[in-house]
Amino acid sequence: MIISVASGKGGTGKTTVAVNFALSLTNVLLLDCDVEEPNDHLLLNPIITKTKSVYVKIPSIQEDMCDYCGVCAKFCKNNALFVTNKKILFFPQICTSCGGCKIVCPQHVITEKKRMIGKTKQGLVNGIELVYGELSIGEPMAIPIIRAVKKHISPLEKRVIIVDSPPGTSCPVIDTVHGTDFTILVTEPTPFGLYDLKIAVDVLRKLKIPFGVIINQSDIGDLRVHNFCNKNFIPILLEIPYSRKIAELYSVGKPFVLEMPEWNQKFKDLLKTIEKMVS
Amino acid sequence: MEPKIQRSFENNREDGIMKEITILSGKGGTGKTTIAGSFAVLAQNAVTADCDVDAPDLHMLLHPTPFKTQDFIGPKLAKIDKNVCVNCGLCQKACQFDAIKDFQIDPIHCEGCGVCEVVCPEKAISLHDRISGQAFLSKTRFGFMSHALLSPGGANSGKLVTLVRNNAQMLAKNNNCDLILIDGSPGIGCPVIASIAGVNLALIITEPTLSGIHDLKRAMQLLSHFNVPSLVCINKYDLNLKNTEKIEKFCSKKNVDIIGKIIFDPIVTKAMVAETPVIEYLPESKVSKSVEQMWQQVILRLE
Repeated sequence: MIISVASGKGGTGKTTVAVNFALSLTNVLLLDCDVEEPNDHLLLNPIITKTKSVYVKIPSIQEDMCDYCGVCAKFCKNNALFVTNKKILFFPQICTSCGGCKIVCPQHVITEKKRMIGKTKQGLVNGIELVYGELSIGEPMAIPIIRAVKKHISPLEKRVIIVDSPPGTSCPVIDTVHGTDFTILVTEPTPFGLYDLKIAVDVLRKLKIPFGVIINQSDIGDLRVHNFCNKNFIPILLEIPYSRKIAELYSVGKPFVLEMPEWNQKFKDLLKTIEKMVS
Repeated sequence: MEPKIQRSFENNREDGIMKEITILSGKGGTGKTTIAGSFAVLAQNAVTADCDVDAPDLHMLLHPTPFKTQDFIGPKLAKIDKNVCVNCGLCQKACQFDAIKDFQIDPIHCEGCGVCEVVCPEKAISLHDRISGQAFLSKTRFGFMSHALLSPGGANSGKLVTLVRNNAQMLAKNNNCDLILIDGSPGIGCPVIASIAGVNLALIITEPTLSGIHDLKRAMQLLSHFNVPSLVCINKYDLNLKNTEKIEKFCSKKNVDIIGKIIFDPIVTKAMVAETPVIEYLPESKVSKSVEQMWQQVILRLE
């Protein structure tokens, strides 16, 4: 069972839900795919046992053999390559590694080389195996790192897998939730929470992934999120009321289930609810 | 309400100098849009740009009325002509994005790179424009606004951010505005880079939590990587005074000024529920006063 945790709006509590959910179950693989700003490890403090670099492929042009015909630059849809009279300019950050330049080069002088854009880290804590990605500063493309994190999902995996997504609804989110069996959308009962929830719901419907909603700080705003869910037959899986204690525990990096064990059972029940919905 | 603060770089207008400031955070939900909404009220003669294109929220505070809508043409989409395709599978093998399965293009994964088109021996594949979102030019009670909405699952949000910024610059130029106020998105990747590239100043909104601090550090590294001067605001600073102190120490070590500390106050949520910038909702509140002082600092730095 692979469960992703996403949100639309940032800061609604994805990490809080993913980490506390993981701690309430036994034998879990937790993947933090918010590779721009990974936070799960801050709450779990695992001992990192493995660090791997993530590479993307970029063109390597053998310039002494190149006749500057410019076919590669003309092909490149992202304008990562510019060819002028006897000069090639390459902008690695905007290269999407499609490999097209290598295919179209009439002189066959383009090969591929590796470029590092970030890391994945792996560690164990409290029966949770955590893998998270870290995009290098200044690199725009999160997706290759997200894919490297998700490579840790083996088809034979018996454990529950929880996948923590970045905020938003664009390509990094799609890549994260893609292939997961169920998505938990974490939101807050405010107009911002509702608006971004609606976009996220559209995306998940398009991807045909079953989903439900967790309303965090469920008593701070108004009832429009509740009404929207009820009207559209979207199950509200759990409500976490606002609590200064939870906020303070989060601020020092302490998952609240460790201090408020009554929540353990609620997260265990959450898994049962999801399992029923998927089967 | 009457804006109280006068900006003193009005002469910039004659020189055609336009300033841009981006509000960002690294971590989501720290209060970017709350601050940006109130700044839009305080600013005179500014254009507001919501560059969080896949989860835009600023329009819910500023209630813009669009007077121009344009389609955003994102990456192209490959199309296989079933009548010509001989199911050789060469395109599937060449596609680096796993966007072709069973001789069909998956629009969600297709990046429009064109590799399938060049490898197809039958010339059965062609690339087509696709609409990946919409951009709006709008008017609000506080001036002009440029914003957008990426289609659900749409790709290339960075390019749409650039379009929103270009539109804002055009609005500013045509209407003699000298400041562009940009509300950014969380993270440090593609859309964030597009929203900070070349701006005069960035204001990072953080919160005194371990995640807030971690994400602040990465956002600061990003800004210094792109040579953008940065300022910091600690929102909900009283939630954890020890962490607030940590942020203060860290920022002073990095020579980055903290220009505002805002208390945690439920009126911020109430203002959001009322879909009103907090500074209009309760101008006399402590939060509003802090935001106003912070705006004054921003103006000073921009001069």
